[in-house]
Amino acid sequence: MSQETMRIQKMSAHAGAIPGEDTQRTYVVSKLIDTTTCIGCKACEVACMEWNDLPFGETVFDNTYQTMPETRWNYWNLILFNEHEREDGSLQWLMRKNQCMHCADPGCLAACPSDGAIIQYANGIVDFQQANCIGCGYCITGCPFNIPKFNPQTKRVYKCTLCADRVGEGLEPACIKACPTGCLHFGSKDDMKDLAEKRATQLRDHYNFPNAGVYDPAGVGGTGVMYILHDATKPELYGGLPKDPQIPLMVKLWKGPIKWLGNIAMIGGLIGLFIHYLRFGPKDREDQDIREQIALAQEKAAKAAKEKNEEEHP
Amino acid sequence: MTNGWVDIKNTDMMLIMGGNPAENHPCGFKWAIEAKRNRNAKIISVDPRFTRTSAVADLFCQIRAGSDIAFLGGVINYAIENNRIAHEYLVNFTNAAFAVNNAFKLPGDTDGVFSGFDAGKFTYDRSTWNYAGPGAAVPAGAAPGALPPMPANVDYDLTLQNPNCVFQLLKKHYSRYTPEMVERITGIPKAQFLKAADTYTSIRKDGDMKQVGTVIYAVGWTHHSFGTQIIRTAAMLQLLLGNVGRAGGGVNALRGHSNIQGATDMAGLYDTLPGYLKVPTPADANFDAWMKRATPTSSQPAPWQSWNYYSNTSKFTVSLMKAFYGDAATKQNDWAFDYLPKVDRDYSWTYLWNDMYDGKVKGMLAFGMNGVAIGPDTNKNIDALKKAEWLVVGEIYPDETSEFWRSPRVLAQGDQNQIQTTVYRLPCAGFAEKDGSFSNSARWLLWKNTAVPLPGDCRLDHGIVAQIFLKVRELYNKEGGKFPDPILNLTWAYSEPQNPPLFEVLKEMNGKALADLEDPATKQQIKAGQQLPGFAWLKDDGTTSCGIWIYSGAYTEAGNQTARRDPSDPSGMGVHPGWGWSWPANRRVLYNRASCDVAGKPWDPSRKQVWWNEDSKKWVGNDVPDFKADSPPKDHMGPFIMNAEGVGRIFAPLSAFADGPFPEFYEPIESPLANLLHPERSTNPVVTKFKDTDDKFGTVKDFPIICTTFRLTEHYHYWTKNNPMNVQLVPEPFIEMAAEMADEMGIRGGEKVKVSSARGEYIAKAMVTKRIKSMLIDGKKTYQIGIPFHWGYRGIAEDEGKTARDLANQLTHTATDPNAHTPEFKGFLVKVEKV
Repeated sequence: MSQETMRIQKMSAHAGAIPGEDTQRTYVVSKLIDTTTCIGCKACEVACMEWNDLPFGETVFDNTYQTMPETRWNYWNLILFNEHEREDGSLQWLMRKNQCMHCADPGCLAACPSDGAIIQYANGIVDFQQANCIGCGYCITGCPFNIPKFNPQTKRVYKCTLCADRVGEGLEPACIKACPTGCLHFGSKDDMKDLAEKRATQLRDHYNFPNAGVYDPAGVGGTGVMYILHDATKPELYGGLPKDPQIPLMVKLWKGPIKWLGNIAMIGGLIGLFIHYLRFGPKDREDQDIREQIALAQEKAAKAAKEKNEEEHP
Repeated sequence: MTNGWVDIKNTDMMLIMGGNPAENHPCGFKWAIEAKRNRNAKIISVDPRFTRTSAVADLFCQIRAGSDIAFLGGVINYAIENNRIAHEYLVNFTNAAFAVNNAFKLPGDTDGVFSGFDAGKFTYDRSTWNYAGPGAAVPAGAAPGALPPMPANVDYDLTLQNPNCVFQLLKKHYSRYTPEMVERITGIPKAQFLKAADTYTSIRKDGDMKQVGTVIYAVGWTHHSFGTQIIRTAAMLQLLLGNVGRAGGGVNALRGHSNIQGATDMAGLYDTLPGYLKVPTPADANFDAWMKRATPTSSQPAPWQSWNYYSNTSKFTVSLMKAFYGDAATKQNDWAFDYLPKVDRDYSWTYLWNDMYDGKVKGMLAFGMNGVAIGPDTNKNIDALKKAEWLVVGEIYPDETSEFWRSPRVLAQGDQNQIQTTVYRLPCAGFAEKDGSFSNSARWLLWKNTAVPLPGDCRLDHGIVAQIFLKVRELYNKEGGKFPDPILNLTWAYSEPQNPPLFEVLKEMNGKALADLEDPATKQQIKAGQQLPGFAWLKDDGTTSCGIWIYSGAYTEAGNQTARRDPSDPSGMGVHPGWGWSWPANRRVLYNRASCDVAGKPWDPSRKQVWWNEDSKKWVGNDVPDFKADSPPKDHMGPFIMNAEGVGRIFAPLSAFADGPFPEFYEPIESPLANLLHPERSTNPVVTKFKDTDDKFGTVKDFPIICTTFRLTEHYHYWTKNNPMNVQLVPEPFIEMAAEMADEMGIRGGEKVKVSSARGEYIAKAMVTKRIKSMLIDGKKTYQIGIPFHWGYRGIAEDEGKTARDLANQLTHTATDPNAHTPEFKGFLVKVEKV
């Protein structure tokens, strides 16, 4: 899992061959999240913020232990807390670490119209290259997991990188390193699948979870982040994990049978407008709130920096 | 902990109760997960709320806060009724077979109290709480009220049939704790309780001794007016099931801070000296009288042996006095016995603050704690500080104690300007800014280095204390005083007296030879001035000094053992003998002789800890044997070497506890109903309450809801409200309540509610959840709520006026456990209103 696995194997909106494609055999990395041993301690959330130097944002109490309703452009790793009553009357408090799933067949990458803004490394990591991002937000529409988030200040989209910078140096992602119970595992996809199946078998045989199983959905070609679930037949219980995620039809068409349409600039532009409307549509209040909060936070940070600067250099 | 964090990976069964380790000890909790992953171990979580621990448990029971003894007593009853007990272990390694004094009476026979109760003084004459046997009479000429000794040879019945033997009394006592009674008291439905009892005791199904169960608890057990007795009940259950001394077993207290274990080891308590030695009282006329009272004499069936390790008490104590006073402690001056304060009454936390409230304590040095916030009854604490002349607070953040004068209540009362207390706030060092050792829950001492330099004008806490001491000594030198000797003669031989290097303090704790020593058996020699290898070398003739006997071995001639970082684990059982150092003598599991049968063979050959080696005639093993190394199994020496009986105490005789030799269920001081076992004697009979204006107690009529306090993973006490990262994770205080209760009251999640007790009010947002449900207590629908306590009036959000500024302890009261003096933070009464 070192630098050779960081070769690019897919690239958004790129015409022609990708340099170095298929020249050597590599293995795909994978993160395995065992939700049955997760205690929701949020060490992964903190590790993610610290390693990636993400700025703080404001949160408000919302009748849950969950830090915020969904991931943000500056909060890539979020544990979702859900209370669920089983049929026998017993309670489950399901905790699922939510982040980019690093799909083998990434909808974001398929949807992206900007050359090289989204790439997939040979090791399977899907990474956004903000330098090439045009801020159109199509990737947001293309993601079946609602992961990429737009930063209105920089006009770029951000998400979990699976700590590509660490993985490239042979280290595990920061969240994996921080996990105290060891519910997070990292390794080759094959090894992780093996481990996941063993644990699911143990849960079926020795614990009261007859439907325990592994989440690695085929609709997106399998994911670089897999889950072990107490009940794999009901992934929706875990904060709306889609049962059969697919790349949205619009994106499939856009990149598939009607790709020629894209070559006709005007129609392409219209579709673009339509998708843009789908995504940003009539401005909703919550969105506005978050943007205001971010603007406020940044204003404050700038002010603080200015004050500090003045203090140091009166 | 009898065992240790890593050892939890060896268990088959966990009863986690009075603790929420997934929340409060997430790093240690990995070992519980290991046991689940590698051994298919089960977790039973019993808690007033469905917690993060419950989320990974295999069985959850919602218990009424404070009814733990009823639950555990019920499990004891279930184990006996269903023969899920460790018979050989019970007969040979516990006092189950011991006969008890005929005059001893159980509360089931005497209106809810044990024999000897003085209803006027709320105390017990504990002389009947004794074993039967010759020599158990009060010696002639003893002080009035003195307790008799334990008989040198105890009457016993190995068939356990004698109606007055410990086992039969135990059986009789807990036969009242039927599943029906457990349901009525605890609110846990009978079927669910039976499932929990069956699951936990299943490790002893059909007499099998291989499997092991552990009991894991924290302050959810200690924070009661009968907290010590809850833990006692757990210990008795573990003895009954043969789980003590064994890998994956034991009774395991999880400490809430990195160094609480060290604080108690080092006697951060008024009633012990370092290493849990007993303090002298005014009745001790001299050193010998003190030692006579403090040193137990052995007491066991005639054919058995008891090592009675505390018979060495005088060696530990003289060595401690030499560490305190050096050459000034001599045999001639009774080892400076007169220098020690004589403890004449209760000086525990609530009593100290009460003394300040009454104007008797004029000032306070507060280091490493936020007294206003952590103590019960915040308002009383603030009122007490108003009366103090001065207050010194050493902290890393501005805290509620140093700014008590700007608490919401003081501001509301408008008497801020009348407060005369002078407050000095000193910037101290954070944990990463100083070196030293932590003693963790597993009794492991782990040295740490300084990670970052002290910022700005900050000082080391112990440097500040040292400088205060040196100044006081200077004044005594200059001006004399009533009794300067203890101050002037205190040993202070540090290379830097103003800032004693902590490794020198650890060396002092370990102890050294003051004269050349030789072990007569091995001829091993230690020269004067050398560090001692361990406490076995301690002498009571003044030739050794040792600051805390249980830490002897931590810093030897081979260097600082606590700084060792060898991760290897040859046995694979999580012993890691070269990682740090654990007291006593680097043993990882206490009483590990009990991991073997009477013949000295491990109960479970796949988890071998120690065993008797017939060839070398010695106890050997993967862990350091906690036993007399050359005592052959045929001599039947008891494995519980720290008890004078040599065996585990199912019955705790004489002065061991203030409130009974067996735990009895008593209601919390504030409770929604009268005790169903004995309504006339509802609460712990030896608990007394303060009677000051601020000490108010409520009844169910005005305060119908049960309330308990708890902590969150995302926050650390009252510190992290100053850290934006933690504040982002959980930004505001909240109150957890059942969805059903919220519906009835018309409260929605996120709306503000006011919780009031007889003492004060607390306002925060409602967390409406399915994780707390209504309960039927004696058939009556009852609710309980939970309040995380991490907030106050100083912090990022508080300073910006974004959240309420209340302290959860505004609600709690000052009644305490009679043994450990811990306040009843869990299980008190409140009412809840929509704001």
